Amino acid sequence: MAITVSHLTKRFGTFAALSDVSIDIPAGSLTALLGPSGGGKSTLLRIIAGLEPPDAGTVQIGGTDSTTLPPQRRNVGFVFQHYAAFKHMTVAGNVAFGLEIRRQPKAAVKRRVDELLELVHMEQFADRYPAQLSGGQRQRMALARALAVEPEVLLLDEPFGALDAQVRKELRAWLRRLHDEVHVTTVFVTHDQEEAMEVADEIVVINNGRVEQVGTPDELYDKPANAFVMGFLGPVTRLDGVLVRPHDLELFDRPEPSSVAATVQRVVRLGFEVRVDLERDGKGELWVQITRGEAEKLAVTPGIELFVRPVAGAVTAGDG
Amino acid sequence: MPSRGGRGALRAVAVGYLLALLALPLGLICWRTFANGAGPVWHALTSASARHALEVTGSVAVVAVVANTLSGVGLAVLLVRHRFPGRRLLDALVDLPLAVSPVVVGLALILVYGRTTGFGAWLAEHGVKVIFALPGMVLATVFVSLPLVLREVAPVLEEVGIEQEQAAWTLGASAAQAFRRVTLPAIRWALAYGVVLTLARALGEYGAVAVVSGRLVGKTQTATLFVEERYQNFDQPAAYAMAVALAAVAVGILLVINLLRPREGS
Repeated sequence: MAITVSHLTKRFGTFAALSDVSIDIPAGSLTALLGPSGGGKSTLLRIIAGLEPPDAGTVQIGGTDSTTLPPQRRNVGFVFQHYAAFKHMTVAGNVAFGLEIRRQPKAAVKRRVDELLELVHMEQFADRYPAQLSGGQRQRMALARALAVEPEVLLLDEPFGALDAQVRKELRAWLRRLHDEVHVTTVFVTHDQEEAMEVADEIVVINNGRVEQVGTPDELYDKPANAFVMGFLGPVTRLDGVLVRPHDLELFDRPEPSSVAATVQRVVRLGFEVRVDLERDGKGELWVQITRGEAEKLAVTPGIELFVRPVAGAVTAGDG
Repeated sequence: MPSRGGRGALRAVAVGYLLALLALPLGLICWRTFANGAGPVWHALTSASARHALEVTGSVAVVAVVANTLSGVGLAVLLVRHRFPGRRLLDALVDLPLAVSPVVVGLALILVYGRTTGFGAWLAEHGVKVIFALPGMVLATVFVSLPLVLREVAPVLEEVGIEQEQAAWTLGASAAQAFRRVTLPAIRWALAYGVVLTLARALGEYGAVAVVSGRLVGKTQTATLFVEERYQNFDQPAAYAMAVALAAVAVGILLVINLLRPREGS
């Protein structure tokens, strides 16, 4: 089911969490709401779920106006950052909850629970309690619980935010595969651009309660609408007041057309990449990312003077 | 971290303090009560007036526990889950019964519901007798034990948070279903503890009930009033027997709940 959000506004006291936000989320897509903490993305997700009422604006899910529907009647699955596991129920009990509320026959509930636990690779933990599970397992259980009732829309609020880096990586790839299997319209909130780029078909960048840009990961990276999006989606450095990606700069040992002079301050080796910090005489600092081979060819060492210019077709953004 | 010797001394002081304050008087009363064996005790507790006093105490306590369990959970949900003007005032007011002397509570109830006041007279005309009758005693007991369930439940409710309930809502559970299937199991031990404290308080209440009951032997005499009345009439065996019975019931329920309660963190 597609989700259409029109002119949503939400204030908490004097703080504007969302100001006139409108987005379209196509049916069956996997969309990331990406932005810094406190930018309003979680509020947007909670309004879509019906857990928070908007001050103004409408939410449509699958073409019906859901703005005033309670969460029980929106047919959304919601996954919380801190799992919200029912602690006094087993894993199977958690997953069965929504089905039991819908008074489905016992045999059908059991079959569906088994099916979902298999889907999230948790069959062997059916009789455990949430306290006996790791964070990643709890979140997989929470996902199975949300999917059990066959929601039209799956909403995940920083689903991997409380997990350690390794588990996070695994679950990302797994969420992507799961979505390819289940095809339910999925929206997840994250402040991690790498996570959004890796998992999502489409990214909505939200900052200060406003939508900065909507697009595919490639579109956002290659054609950022503004300096904020450019800075949020990848590394940037500044050359003559213009933001540019450090890997879109080239270095020369002699002046080239439209290049500028800068002195090497520091050279940091990060495996295959080399990060070169430069200082332009009285015109600020910048850094450039080059390969190890390039660094060796130029014999980059602190103190020498080099010449910098953006490569042809470099992505830039005005210093907003 | 105190040294080993410091800890030992601290422990000795704590145990000594509790012994002097609690165990010694209780132990002495038990000893005195059973000085002539269990026969006289049983006899004293099964006399007509003792049985009646126990019945009165029992019915007052049951009504008070039910009323305060419902209002305690309701108020806890209201105070923890909702923000509204006057919330802090309500939060403070709820503790009033712990601060005000029960005798004052009793007198206040007489002022409101007594025959000589407008409301009390109006109630009496319609056949409702509050003061010197069970309703007044129930009111007094409810009042003095009002915050006990609330104060046990509220912190747990706060700690559990609202996300489990919200998860239940998104899974289709109504507010009532979410409360019964998710919230109630999460607060069940705090609730049980609050109920037990309320019950113990209701069984033991003396001051407020003494004022509003009129102490009519065989009519509005509760178990605690019975103890006082028997003692004043030099029937010490009966007074001690009932006192021990009351203490035993209170200690018994506290023990049961502590045994049932799961260990912290499990």
